[in-house]
Amino acid sequence: MTVVGFLNLTWPTFANGLALGGVYALMAVGIGLVFGVLRLVNFAYGQLIMAGGFALAYGAQWGLPNWVSILFCFGVVLALSALLDQLVFRPLRTHSPAVMLVATFAVAFLLQNVALLAFGPLGKSAGSLALLNQPWDIGGVFVKKIAVISVATAAGCLALLQLLLTRTPVGLHMRAAAMDFQTARLLGMRANRVIGGAVLVSGVFAAVAAVMLSVQEITVTWTFGLQDTIYVLAGVVLGGLNRPVPATLGGFAIGFASGILGGALPSSQSQYLPSFLFAAVIVVLLVRPNGLFTRGGGAVERV
Amino acid sequence: MSALRRLPELVGPAALVVACALLGSGVSGSLQPYFLDTLVKVSIVVALYVFIGNSGVLSFGHISFVALGAWTAGVLTMERSAKPAIMPGLAHFLLVTNVGNVPSLALAAGVGAVAALVVGLPLMRLSGLAAGIATFGVLEIVNNVLTYDQSIGPGENAFSSVPQTTGIWQAAVGALICVAVAFVYQRSRFGRMLRATREDPAAAAAAGISIYRQRLLAFTVSGGLAGFAGGLYIHLLSLQAGSLYLDLTFITLAMLVVGGSASLLGAVVGALAVSGLDSFFSAATNGVDLLGWHLTVPVGTAEIVVGTLMALVLVLRPSGLTGGRELSLPRRRRRAGAPSAPEPAA
Repeated sequence: MTVVGFLNLTWPTFANGLALGGVYALMAVGIGLVFGVLRLVNFAYGQLIMAGGFALAYGAQWGLPNWVSILFCFGVVLALSALLDQLVFRPLRTHSPAVMLVATFAVAFLLQNVALLAFGPLGKSAGSLALLNQPWDIGGVFVKKIAVISVATAAGCLALLQLLLTRTPVGLHMRAAAMDFQTARLLGMRANRVIGGAVLVSGVFAAVAAVMLSVQEITVTWTFGLQDTIYVLAGVVLGGLNRPVPATLGGFAIGFASGILGGALPSSQSQYLPSFLFAAVIVVLLVRPNGLFTRGGGAVERV
Repeated sequence: MSALRRLPELVGPAALVVACALLGSGVSGSLQPYFLDTLVKVSIVVALYVFIGNSGVLSFGHISFVALGAWTAGVLTMERSAKPAIMPGLAHFLLVTNVGNVPSLALAAGVGAVAALVVGLPLMRLSGLAAGIATFGVLEIVNNVLTYDQSIGPGENAFSSVPQTTGIWQAAVGALICVAVAFVYQRSRFGRMLRATREDPAAAAAAGISIYRQRLLAFTVSGGLAGFAGGLYIHLLSLQAGSLYLDLTFITLAMLVVGGSASLLGAVVGALAVSGLDSFFSAATNGVDLLGWHLTVPVGTAEIVVGTLMALVLVLRPSGLTGGRELSLPRRRRRAGAPSAPEPAA
C-alpha cells in the first residue's frame, strides 16, 4: 500500500518514521530539560543511552526477566546521570556554554572509549526484547510492534512530563530556573535540587530511549547512540533549544524525516541522507537562527 | 620597539616546533612517525586556533577543510598508473591531472580556503549554539560526500599510494608556515579587530568593526591553513574518510582547549602536550619499555587519558595550560610623563 507514489512510501515505513521520531523526541526532551536549567548542551547524552544498552545486553546475557533488565537499565542510566552531574556539570556550572559543550564532548569520548575498553569493539547483543520487532496486523497493514510501542511510550512520557512541569512544585521550580536561573535562586529555589531533578528526569528519558533503540538495533556497541545524539542535537537546535515544546518537535521532525527518507529512498540516494538532513538543518538555521518552532527574537546566546 | 617586544610571540611557538623536529630527526626510525604525526597535528591545531582562538566562536567544521585538502593533494599527486586501481570511479579530469608535491600543498590550501569562504559566507552570520551545530553539519556533509562519492576520491577505501613526501623536514616547515601565518594574521589590524569582537562584540561593533566580515576573513584564512595541513597529512599517512571525522575533531579541539585556545602559544603547547601523551599510549598498546618496566595497555587507553585530561583542564583551568597568554619579554617601566596609550592585556 503506497501513500505517496514517487517516494515508495508505505504504511510500515511511515510507522517506522513515527517510531524513530518518537524516540528522538524523548531524547530531545532529555537534552532540552538539562539545557533549560543549566544552559548546557549535553553531547554525552548518547553515552547514557549506550550505557543503558549495555545494561540491557548484560541483562539478556544473565538470563534476567525482561522487566528486571529494564529496571537494571534505568538504574545504570540514572546512576551515570547523577555521577555526571556531580563530577562534570556541577563544577562547570558557572562557565560559558561553549566550555560546557566542549567538556561534554570530552566526556562523550571518554565514556565511549571506556566502553570500548570494557566491552570490546564488537559489542554485545541485547536480544531479549527482539520479539517486539514482529509485526502486528492492523487492518491489513503490518506494523512492527515496537513502532506502535515507541509512539505510545513517547506520547505517554511527554504527557507525564507536562504534568510534572505544570502541576508539581518541582516542575514550577524547573520552569522558573529555565526562565531566569539567578532570579529563581534569589526567590528561594534550591539550585542543586532543581538541577539534580532535571538531570534525573533527563536520565529517565535516556533510559526509555535506550530500551526503544536496543530493540531496533540489537547489537550494542561502543558507538551506540552517538549518531542518534548528533541527529537529535541538530533537531533540537532546529526546533529551538530554549523551550521544551519546540525542542521536542524539532527532535521528532528530524527522527521522522530520517526514518521515512531512509526507508523510502533507493539506497544510491539514502547513503547521502545525512547530507540532505544537515543541509536542511543549516538552511533552516540561516533563516531562523532561534529555531523553526519558536516565536521571533529571543536573547542571543553568546558562544 | 613594540615589534621587538612582540617577537617572542612568534619565536616561542616556532622554537617549540623546531625543538620537536630536531628531537624527531634524532630518534630511531620506529619512533619518528609519532613526531611526524605530532607536527602535522600542530599545523591542524594552529589552523583551528586562527579562527576559534581569535574569534572565540566554536567550530566543529574545520576537520572537513582538512579532509578536503587531503583529498585534493592526494588525488593530484598519485601516480597516473595507480589511480584506476584505487579510485575506479574517478572523474576524467582528476584522472589525467597530476601535480608535484609543493603545488599539491598550495592547491590543498586553496581548496580549503575557498571551501571555508563558501561555507562561511552564510554561516558566519550565525553565532552561539546555532553556529556550533551548523559547523557540525558541514563536517557531517563533507564526511558523507567524501565517504560515498567515488568520482572525487577512493570513497570508503584508504587513500593509499600517495607519495609519502612528508618527512621530518616537510612536516616541520609546514608547521612553521602555519605558525608564521597565524602570527602575521593576529598582529594585523584584521586580527586585532577580530580579537576586539571576541572580548566585547557590542563595543567592537559600536567602534565600527563588522563582526561578520572579520569572522569570515579569519574563517577563510583558517580554512586555508586547515587544507594545507590536510595536504601534509595525506602525504604522511594513507588516510580514509573515517579518519578525518569525529575522532580527529575531538583530539584537535582537545589540544586547543588543553593548551589554551586564546593564544598561539597555547595552540602549539596543547598540540605538543596532548600529542605526546597520545603517542605514548598509542605506542604502549604494542608495548613500550619505560624505566625498566615493560608496559602494555589496551586499545582505547590513549583516548581515555586524553578525554580525562581535557575534562580535568576544563573543570580546573578553563583557560588552558598557558592561560591564553603569549610569551613576552618582561615589560620595562615607562619613563614618567611619556605619552603612552595603555597596552591592552595580552
